[in-house]
Amino acid sequence: MVSTALQDKPRTTGKRQRLAKPELLAPAGSLEKLKFAVHYGADAVYIGGQKYGLRSNADNFSIEEMRQGVEFAAKYGAKVFVATNIYAHQEDLAGVADYLRELEDAGISAIIAADPAIVEIAQKAAPKLEVHLSTQQSTMNWQAVQFWKEEGLPRVVLAREATMDEIREMKARVDIELEVFIHGAMCSSVSGRCVLSNHFTDRDSNRGGCCQSCRWKYNLHADETSIAEVDQNLFTMSSKDLCMIQHIPDLIDAGVDSFKIEGRMKSIHYVASVVNAYRQAIDSYMADPEGYVLRPEWVAEIGKAANRPLNTGFFYSVPGAEEHIYEAEEKPAPYDFAAVVTDYDAAEGIATVQQRSPFRPGMEVEFIGPDGRQFAQQVGEITDEDGNALSVARHPLQKIRLKTAQPVMPLDLMRKRLQ
Amino acid sequence: MQRYIEAGASAVLIGESRFGMRQPGDIPADRLPQAVSLAHKSGAKAYVNMNKLFRNDELTALPDYLIRVQQAGADAVVFGDPAVLMNLRQHTPDLPWHWNAEMTGTNSATASYWGRRGAVRAVAARELNEEEIVDLKDKAQMEVQIQVHGMTNIYYSQRNLLQSYLEHLGREVTLIRKGPDQGLYLVEVERPEEKFPVYEDDNGTHVMSPDDICLLEALPELLNADIDSFYIEALLKTDEYNETVLRSYRKAVDKWHADPDATGSNSRG
Repeated sequence: MVSTALQDKPRTTGKRQRLAKPELLAPAGSLEKLKFAVHYGADAVYIGGQKYGLRSNADNFSIEEMRQGVEFAAKYGAKVFVATNIYAHQEDLAGVADYLRELEDAGISAIIAADPAIVEIAQKAAPKLEVHLSTQQSTMNWQAVQFWKEEGLPRVVLAREATMDEIREMKARVDIELEVFIHGAMCSSVSGRCVLSNHFTDRDSNRGGCCQSCRWKYNLHADETSIAEVDQNLFTMSSKDLCMIQHIPDLIDAGVDSFKIEGRMKSIHYVASVVNAYRQAIDSYMADPEGYVLRPEWVAEIGKAANRPLNTGFFYSVPGAEEHIYEAEEKPAPYDFAAVVTDYDAAEGIATVQQRSPFRPGMEVEFIGPDGRQFAQQVGEITDEDGNALSVARHPLQKIRLKTAQPVMPLDLMRKRLQ
Repeated sequence: MQRYIEAGASAVLIGESRFGMRQPGDIPADRLPQAVSLAHKSGAKAYVNMNKLFRNDELTALPDYLIRVQQAGADAVVFGDPAVLMNLRQHTPDLPWHWNAEMTGTNSATASYWGRRGAVRAVAARELNEEEIVDLKDKAQMEVQIQVHGMTNIYYSQRNLLQSYLEHLGREVTLIRKGPDQGLYLVEVERPEEKFPVYEDDNGTHVMSPDDICLLEALPELLNADIDSFYIEALLKTDEYNETVLRSYRKAVDKWHADPDATGSNSRG
């Protein structure tokens, strides 16, 4: 299934072309996550509204929150996209035009749509909104990309099945923006071509009801006999997560316009860490392609936020046994989000932080900030805002003061090492 | 194919796995003329299935195949990948086409979208209920096909999930043969009563529904709603079974045509 037609062509011909800097596109499941994603370096974020998106139980944005998000992002020169990527049933369509006009009015830059009905409504009702074709449309060849360009779409989000060689060819043949998933959880099916949830739970996979049945355990039977002898080592369709941190130069050289991180349901810590790592890798390569080296701390940073097994999906070969999860689903991450810095007193070297999970004196913690700022220390004495010493910071959102080993800034994160 | 036509099919969907997914059997391109003329002699139409999601290196085969399909005299091609439309416009603009994007064809506006780009028929998603189907036909202003009987594909992956699983277990990969009809099925741990047929072929891994659709009792309503085509999925069934099913549906359709008002309004839930 992997393209071989292009392999006789040399990888780079002659003088290196001037590279275009790709967009780093991050998920934002809430207004707060949007702020962290942008602050940690996302050029654009995608969010879900309260209608027509595929994450029906994410903490989705109201129109007012969208306005605030757009305003915040604009200070960083970042854009906000809204996923309206359901395959609509008739009953869903009535309010779409009004809703899209509201998005346009709120300053949203683009919608991500899968259903041609929604694409068309957007083009007519809200012409200032860009329409990006969702990965749910399973676009994986250059002629399909060409078709959508001719339909007036400025960008296609490719199917996760497209290989690096195929992407390179699409980019060479069609003048259109290509958005590609570079990190996060993956459907093991072709996105959009799975309705397992409809059968198991009566919730529509393609209208926000996915219950991840592909990650459940199954007995594979061959003519009434189970292939696994015992009730372990069962069959699943569970894919390891995508991670392309080691292949940033390849993606940039292929001409990918937007690097997309999956995970509107993920935590602030996850989004900040992953964005931080990719931001540095992209900036570092763009600044000096020849001198670029993959830094181990970027890889480590991703591992600190989540501990799911990772792989490179279809980019270099068809995923095989090693690319699927048959054993325990995931181990806990080695670090947990403990606090957000809200203020720093440079004279005293004391930070004020807002508690996000309990911590106490003596714990090993790390502070992280944008641009890869990072240091580890042990928590010393902690006090509340009135200066009362505490044995543990146990109240969510409580303001805590503590001495930091190095200067910190608002929106820096403190994470604690788990035993 | 001949047996199905004799059992009452007025059209058949044929093709090969290089271009069409989940075909119960392959009819290679060089045998298309023979197959199409056989269907036509029996008074049946022949549609060619091209419902694959194509990759860059597979695109070069599309013009030649479309030309062969047209020369064979096929009545339409059926597809959901816009790459096929790009080739059809350029190489066989007179060849009628049906739009079928499987579970994603869920509303009339999408059907009309493809209709305005030349599709003569839209295939409705099997996930729609009867009311939605009737409504879609009413609004779409084009031919509408629905599946009335048989299994449906509920999960399609381009991964070789069965082969990977056997490798993981350290078993001989040859233990499982490729293609449909290998007697393989999945049982989810919490739902021992449901069997999900599964198979792997050159296009990837296909999981099928545990239950068959059966709309025999709803046929009068669907005929009243002017649905243009009733599809019976033959995949993973014996020819004998499919013949029996075809005869039942043929009888029901003919009965309705003989006297459309006679059939009661026994609706399906």
